[in-house]
Amino acid sequence: MLDYETLRVLWWLLLGLVLIGFAVMDGFDLGVAILLPWVARDDTERRIVINSIGPVWDGNQVWLILGGGAAFAAWPPLYATAFSGFYVALFLVLAALILRPVGFDFRNKVDDVRWRRVWDTALFTAGFVPTLVFGVAFGNLLQGVPFHFDDELRVTYTGDFLLHLLNPFALLTGLLSLAMLIMHGAVYLIIKTEGAIEARARRALAFGAPLTAVLFSVCGLWIAFGIDGYVVVEGAARDAASNPLAKAVVREPGAWLANYRGQPWMLIAPALGYVGAAGAYLLVRAGRPGLAFVGSAASVFGIVSTAGLSMFPFLMPSSTDPRSSLTVWDSSSSQLTLFIMLIASVVVLPIVASYTVFVYRVLRGKITSHDIAERGPSLY
Amino acid sequence: MADLDPVTLSRIQFALTAMYHFLFVPLTLGLSFLLAIMESIWVMTGRAIWRDMTKFWGKLFGINFAMGVATGITMEFQFGTNWAYFSHFVGDIFGAPLALEGLTAFFLESTFVGLFFFGWDRLSRLGHLTVTWLVAFGSNLSAVWILIANAWMQNPVGSAFNPDSMRMELTSLAEAIFNPVAQAKFVHTVSAGYVTGAVFVLAISSWYLLRGRDLAFAKRSFAVASAFGMASALSVVVLGDESGYLATEHQKMKIAAMEGMWETEPAPAGFSIVGWPDEEAQETRFAVKVPFMLGLIATRSIDEELPGIKELVAHAETRIRSGLVAYDAVQRLRQDPGDAAAREAFTRHRDDFGYALLLRKVVADPLRADDAAIAEAAWLTVPGVWPLFWSFRVMVALGFYFILLFGVALYFSTVRRFDRRWFQRLALYSLPLPWVAAELGWFVAEYGRQPWTIEGVLPTFLSGSNIAAGYVWFSLAGFAVFYTALLVIDVFLMVKYARKGPGRLAEPPAGEERRAGAQALVTPE
Repeated sequence: MLDYETLRVLWWLLLGLVLIGFAVMDGFDLGVAILLPWVARDDTERRIVINSIGPVWDGNQVWLILGGGAAFAAWPPLYATAFSGFYVALFLVLAALILRPVGFDFRNKVDDVRWRRVWDTALFTAGFVPTLVFGVAFGNLLQGVPFHFDDELRVTYTGDFLLHLLNPFALLTGLLSLAMLIMHGAVYLIIKTEGAIEARARRALAFGAPLTAVLFSVCGLWIAFGIDGYVVVEGAARDAASNPLAKAVVREPGAWLANYRGQPWMLIAPALGYVGAAGAYLLVRAGRPGLAFVGSAASVFGIVSTAGLSMFPFLMPSSTDPRSSLTVWDSSSSQLTLFIMLIASVVVLPIVASYTVFVYRVLRGKITSHDIAERGPSLY
Repeated sequence: MADLDPVTLSRIQFALTAMYHFLFVPLTLGLSFLLAIMESIWVMTGRAIWRDMTKFWGKLFGINFAMGVATGITMEFQFGTNWAYFSHFVGDIFGAPLALEGLTAFFLESTFVGLFFFGWDRLSRLGHLTVTWLVAFGSNLSAVWILIANAWMQNPVGSAFNPDSMRMELTSLAEAIFNPVAQAKFVHTVSAGYVTGAVFVLAISSWYLLRGRDLAFAKRSFAVASAFGMASALSVVVLGDESGYLATEHQKMKIAAMEGMWETEPAPAGFSIVGWPDEEAQETRFAVKVPFMLGLIATRSIDEELPGIKELVAHAETRIRSGLVAYDAVQRLRQDPGDAAAREAFTRHRDDFGYALLLRKVVADPLRADDAAIAEAAWLTVPGVWPLFWSFRVMVALGFYFILLFGVALYFSTVRRFDRRWFQRLALYSLPLPWVAAELGWFVAEYGRQPWTIEGVLPTFLSGSNIAAGYVWFSLAGFAVFYTALLVIDVFLMVKYARKGPGRLAEPPAGEERRAGAQALVTPE
């Protein structure tokens, strides 16, 4: 069996991988749903947009489910603290996510303008709300969240459940999340559609890609000069039993940049955020939308990794009782669980990736108004 | 009502959302296999009617599947939002099957379901059939993992409490996976799903037969459903019996409560067909008993005694006293993790640690509990007898009814008598019954586990999140409104598409096969 410290780092990477998997894979269909009201003007166009993601969004969303499952299995205190602390916000996300499957499946089942408008709104909401809230959640993690543990490790969240979370910095990260997925979704639509929808998606990209870069920069400056990071000053051994209370933590200005000073190679992550966004924009102009998708995916990868790397080893810092903060070294599952789950992930994820590629290959090609007319009733 | 505590409200919310989710899961389990069977016949025989059957039942499957996916995420979120201490306490073991479910089952099911609906023109016949089987396999595999997780809550094997991290930790995943309770539960639950799918197809086909429409389609569907249903109904009852036998081994209190058996009876005990459990007087009135039957079912022997509720309460008292030694040791270890004597004492009594936690409901500090407090805590281990007694009996009666129903259906379809209107009406009116049975079964299993979230390890009242009741009211009310609206829409669409029927699935003709299919639909046998 691998040693406990290594397993904890690997599981930090794996949780990051799964969350980025969610942001990249479900990200583009959330982005497409956000773009739905702007890129499609009539029922046929809306159906083209919806069917461009119709067969694949469900598989993509499993990355989110797996993210929850991975947090539960590998980082139980993180799962318990984040989910109970963000109670109201998560139920809003949940309500939005519940609208997705039914929105896709039910919309075309009744031929009525009002009925379809209801589900169009539902699909837009189901893209917009989770994208915003997950961005806001990252903004709050970076600032620290008000919670503490008692000595039985029962967690209590002491902030209010919604208004506190919607602070200016968190709203900024929420906007970044929206811009990022608008960019990513726009590239996907450029690949999957033609004509007027594609032209509008190009305009959305010309708006989303630069906006992503600008908001990412503002977030970076704010973190550098406006937000105190967290530092573990005295911790238990990195292979000790998980108990967040066995350490001391202080807040320091600029601490979230310390990792980049110590390990300059980590700057690849923010660089990728910019290069990917620029690449997405330029490659679409150069007539290479497939490669542009790799670019926007790389940008998403870079931006999410930047947040994770800045905080390492913190997963969820506590603003009111810093020693209760959850770190990679004190909030994991047991060594045995991490090891078994690592093996399972290493075996299964490549299989998942390969059949996912197969499905996308089968479904390749643009969705057109001809498809809607020809295969209408069997589509969404 | 307004002064309910957050844990009670969270229980109501969990029960509401789980039972709601479980309206859709069994049908997904059953219909996915029926679709795979129908499509296999299409691929083997090349008769287009079987493909049209797959597509038509696939439409109804799609409506139901969307609801199942929509309501499933709620379940995963709720462990964290409402049961934070539970999540911390058992995430090390309980989280693993949930993550494995996502990894191995949800990806498979959800990635291929898109191809099932939209891949008809893009895949070869064999290719599409493979996709359909993978969807069926994926949905059933997810049931494997979630029932392994659930079985661990009923019979927590392969794990031990670690006083340093204040939680249960995994000692053997193999033990948790091969938990005998999990295996019996899995087959029992998926069989119940197959029965649900079969009754669904049988009832709607019967309705077409009654209306004299879509006859070729309805007869074939009726025949497939009755054969598949017969096998499933037998399996559900046999494995239900296995579940009961295993509960006798691991959850004696659940069995005693289901039977309303207050006193230990001489072996082999009798089975009460009906009765009126009186929890005040601690006796079951007006019981009509079949001699020996309970002893035979529950112990599969004639000389093994089944303990009654009162004896089990006395036993719980012993375990509380033993658990107090472990509880005391944990307090000492928290002060000084190097205290070897405390660690040794803890190791000897750790299996009863959860029983000491029960005292927290009765006294502030369990170590100061007196005899009266211990006796009171021991009585907490008795779940509500009346609801269990009756839910169990109705579920079992329905199980036998399904065997009868499918037996007759199988007979009629074998002798090709599709003109028995009384039976078709009976089949149609039986439509809601599998859902009633499934929900009652869920209730017996989970309500019968009370007062524990993890049997013998963690009491329910300690499992919740530290959140104000107001927030749970907010989410609970939201679910009630939102879910009711969705259910109305779901039923509306199901009825609309069932009424529309297979003959009027408005699809443009696509070559020869399509015409042959349409021909088969209008030509009587």
